[in-house]
Amino acid sequence: MQLIECPWCGPREEVEFSYGGQAHVPYPESPAELDDEQWAHYVFFRDNTRGTLAERWNHGAGCRRWFNAMRDTVSYRFSAVYRTAEPMPASVPLTGAGSSSASATTSTTTSTTTTGR
Amino acid sequence: MSATLDRPERAGDPQAPFRTADGGRVDRSRTLTFTFGGRSLTGHPGDTLASALLSHGVHQVATSVKLGRPRGIGAAWAEDPTSLVQVEEPFPEPMLLASTIELYDGLVADGLPGQGRLADLPDSARYDARHLHVDLLVVGAGPAGLSAALVAARAGARVALVDEQAEAGGALLGGTDTIDGRPGTAWVEAAVAELAALPDVMHLQRTTVFGVYDDGFALAVERRTDHLGGAAPQHLSRQRVWRVRARRTVVATGAHERPVVFTDNDRPGTMLAGSARTYLHRYGVLAGERAVVFTTNDSAYQVAVELADAGVDVTVVETRERAPVAWSAACGARGLPVRTGSVVTGTEGVERVTAALVAPRGGGAPEALPCDLLLVSGGWNPAVHLYSQARGRLRFDAVLGAFLPAEQLPDLDVVGSAAGTLDLEGCLFTGRETGRAAVAALGLPEVPRTPQADPTVDPPPPASDPDLLWVVPAVDGDASRQFVDVQRDATVADVQRAVGAGLRSPEHVKRYTTIGTAHDQGKTSGVVMSGILGELIGAGPQDVGTTTFRPPYTPVAFATLAGRDRGAMFDPERTTALHDWHLAHGAVWEDVGQWKRPRHYPAPGEDMEAAVLRECAAVRSGVGILDGSTLGKIDVQGPDAGVLLDRLYTNLMSSLKVGRVRYGVMCGVDGMVLDDGVVLRLAEDRWMVMTTTGGAAKVLDWMEEWLQTEWPDLRVHLASVTEQWAAFPVVGPRSRDVVGAVFPGVDVSAEAFEFMTWQDTQLEGVPVRLARISFSGELAWEVHVSSWHAEEVWHRLVAAGQEHGITPYGTETMHVLRAEKGYPIIGQDTDGTVTPQDLGMDWVVSKKKADFVGKRSFARADNQRPDRKHLVGLLPTDGETVLPEGSQVVDVPLGEDLPAPPVPMLGHVTSSYRSAFLGRPFALAMLQGGRERVGEVVQLPVGGRLVAAEVTGPVLVDPEGARRDG
Repeated sequence: MQLIECPWCGPREEVEFSYGGQAHVPYPESPAELDDEQWAHYVFFRDNTRGTLAERWNHGAGCRRWFNAMRDTVSYRFSAVYRTAEPMPASVPLTGAGSSSASATTSTTTSTTTTGR
Repeated sequence: MSATLDRPERAGDPQAPFRTADGGRVDRSRTLTFTFGGRSLTGHPGDTLASALLSHGVHQVATSVKLGRPRGIGAAWAEDPTSLVQVEEPFPEPMLLASTIELYDGLVADGLPGQGRLADLPDSARYDARHLHVDLLVVGAGPAGLSAALVAARAGARVALVDEQAEAGGALLGGTDTIDGRPGTAWVEAAVAELAALPDVMHLQRTTVFGVYDDGFALAVERRTDHLGGAAPQHLSRQRVWRVRARRTVVATGAHERPVVFTDNDRPGTMLAGSARTYLHRYGVLAGERAVVFTTNDSAYQVAVELADAGVDVTVVETRERAPVAWSAACGARGLPVRTGSVVTGTEGVERVTAALVAPRGGGAPEALPCDLLLVSGGWNPAVHLYSQARGRLRFDAVLGAFLPAEQLPDLDVVGSAAGTLDLEGCLFTGRETGRAAVAALGLPEVPRTPQADPTVDPPPPASDPDLLWVVPAVDGDASRQFVDVQRDATVADVQRAVGAGLRSPEHVKRYTTIGTAHDQGKTSGVVMSGILGELIGAGPQDVGTTTFRPPYTPVAFATLAGRDRGAMFDPERTTALHDWHLAHGAVWEDVGQWKRPRHYPAPGEDMEAAVLRECAAVRSGVGILDGSTLGKIDVQGPDAGVLLDRLYTNLMSSLKVGRVRYGVMCGVDGMVLDDGVVLRLAEDRWMVMTTTGGAAKVLDWMEEWLQTEWPDLRVHLASVTEQWAAFPVVGPRSRDVVGAVFPGVDVSAEAFEFMTWQDTQLEGVPVRLARISFSGELAWEVHVSSWHAEEVWHRLVAAGQEHGITPYGTETMHVLRAEKGYPIIGQDTDGTVTPQDLGMDWVVSKKKADFVGKRSFARADNQRPDRKHLVGLLPTDGETVLPEGSQVVDVPLGEDLPAPPVPMLGHVTSSYRSAFLGRPFALAMLQGGRERVGEVVQLPVGGRLVAAEVTGPVLVDPEGARRDG
């Protein structure tokens, strides 16, 4: 049972957390302007990284807050956790054969985008 | 056993002729009586079942699982592959090892042929779990572990010292080593006393760390009262799981002696050499009278010499050409024959070994050496299990002939003989050094080295390199009686067969042969199998490797792992404020998530169908009342609450006026329906979102996720108030009379209290909210009140309804009534592939809003297909058949029989009931292009025949909505 460092609560057991998929996949500014393929990429397509991936996690059995984390999908090791409003840490050592895809495809924008309303 | 052996008279127990006159750590002043295999026998406190049996000369414990061959006691602790027993008293428990059962008065046990029998009565013992957070977890209280624990505890570290035996000491308990000129056990006692006096030390004996996991997490099982037998106090938990989280871990788990495989190596009386030493020194028991010691290394000489000193007739069979010099002298001084360059090629005997067949290693005729004890040592396997579980890699050490830890793990050290340090001085030294390193790694003040204070031991005799011998080839070439895994009856012939079948990996050979899959998980057989496999395929042990070491290290009972989480404690049960009332009124329960909800209230003699028909008729003709308190309720507050709801619901919520109610649907980004329910606007900045019972947590999580991750700029707060508010729909044409009578301050006329509005009132000072919501199409009010006052308000409503025949109804009637109106239940009529449009609910999807979650997906090509499944009604044309939910609508024209598979499918039945109002069964279904098929007759296979059903719109009762206002 891993310990996961919640950015608000500190290290807690992994059973308190739930996984929320890849981070930095913001809701598109204007979905109506996307064609079906572009929209499908938002809805269905995610990186399948071997190595470090920026992920969303939720401390559901603790503070109930969402946060982001850099985690190695091979070793499961967390290399960084950060709050949703914070940018992805720049200098995270990437591991694994497919690590380049993580840096290539993750957006540098934060997740705090809003819809067009 | 052979009657020709001359049995010396020992001054000990005449009933236990193999008990030594003195010595050992058993309490000879007390005698325990136990029964094994129907025989009443005796032993002493401190004995194991195995040592007590051996004291009576009993070696055979069981017969083997496949071949039925006699099997005995193979070792003195958990590595024993053979001595499985079934305990019958005080409580039946299968698959325990005689060599690890602490003896108690009244124990009744029998040998087990490989398979046990679970108790057929409930286990009344208690099991529990505790958490433990420490700086340093030390596993094993032998000389290495004790040394490490002492250093760390003295430095102020918070230490857990965990050991699986009844008392600390490890190998020192079964030896003759001295420390500082005193018996090793005296040093152990002093160390234990010092640890007990230090703060922050948790010392657990009879506790096995059975698994090491991520980030310093370890699981241990403590056997708290097993050793007390029938005298165990009932108020104590029998076993306890310790959930340990340690910043660092020291694995000091010792080493297991390894056998050499030879023909007929399974006869009772065949034992690991070091175990006989343990039986002698720890238990005061001689495992036999005439021993052959078959060894590849120095360690067995100490056994041979000490057994000889205890009066046993010993012959050493040494595989190496030269015996170690120091031990040769000791043997010579005692007149012990040492046959160098020799091997044991086989044994004689049936229920007990009577002779070892000994031959020169290079070949030659075997000679039968009479014996009643055949001790074997093929070297030592460090107990690297926990290190390997922590994903540490192993390397094969050619000198030691053993797999050793190959790397330093970040926060786990292996020390002592578990790391291949087999001598006492080395164990003490490396234990101290590891403790010192752990202290430094923990950031505690450095521990100064004070060599003069370190314990001293006699220098061991000079060591000579061990031989590496996995198997003595069968003289007749028949490997089918050369047992690798004695418990599994798996032999060298089985390994040969596996290799012949093309298997090369020890993982595959393990599964093919079952070697290493018994209770002991290959503690003695695993590495031997790897060695034999390597010889067969021409690879070295390093290249072959071992099988994976997985938890648990030793078997753990499911009852222990379950702990207190069983029976009523297995899963929380949620009950409403009216639970006792429902119980008193004969409710039949339905589990909805963790909630207990009344499904129906059968009158005497009624089955569910009759009860539901009665309840349905009562609601549509008079008045009914339902406990809807389990519906999810979310309090949404803040200036931007309307914005959030607009983005998450498909329809416009922000335009709702205070005092009004609106039905809404939520979709995922894929456009599929997630949940539905009504929303009450309580104030400009406050809303009450109602969800389905099962969707309550999911919807709150969903709203939180969007709020936190996408729109943190919105000023909105969310809180679940499901349990705070009870909710009672009062439903039916007479509901106005009931609600009006109980709340006289409220004008319940259709004009003053419109459909889809709410009003606050009070009942003798208790705030009550009334909402005109209907999930049945009938005139209805939902009564919301604090759960504290729910029971009283319910009583008032039921009392006021008496004159109208108010009928409490359950979830089944609720389901029928809503289905008659074509209202879908999300999760029953939908399955995550259904859009609002599929449900015929275009009207709930806003055309005005620029965007909301799911909107873009409605325009996807796949969601525009005309052959998507639509929600429709089905009326079986025979007017009789209740279509089973899940029935498939098949594409088979009327009059034709079901064709051979694959049968084209058009859809399936999602809800199906008998309708009291319609006087016939009906169903809801998801049907391809369903709306275009209204009026068609389709077919469904039911119980081997095809049933015809007419496709209708989903609303079967009161489609014009005339009943809504009463």
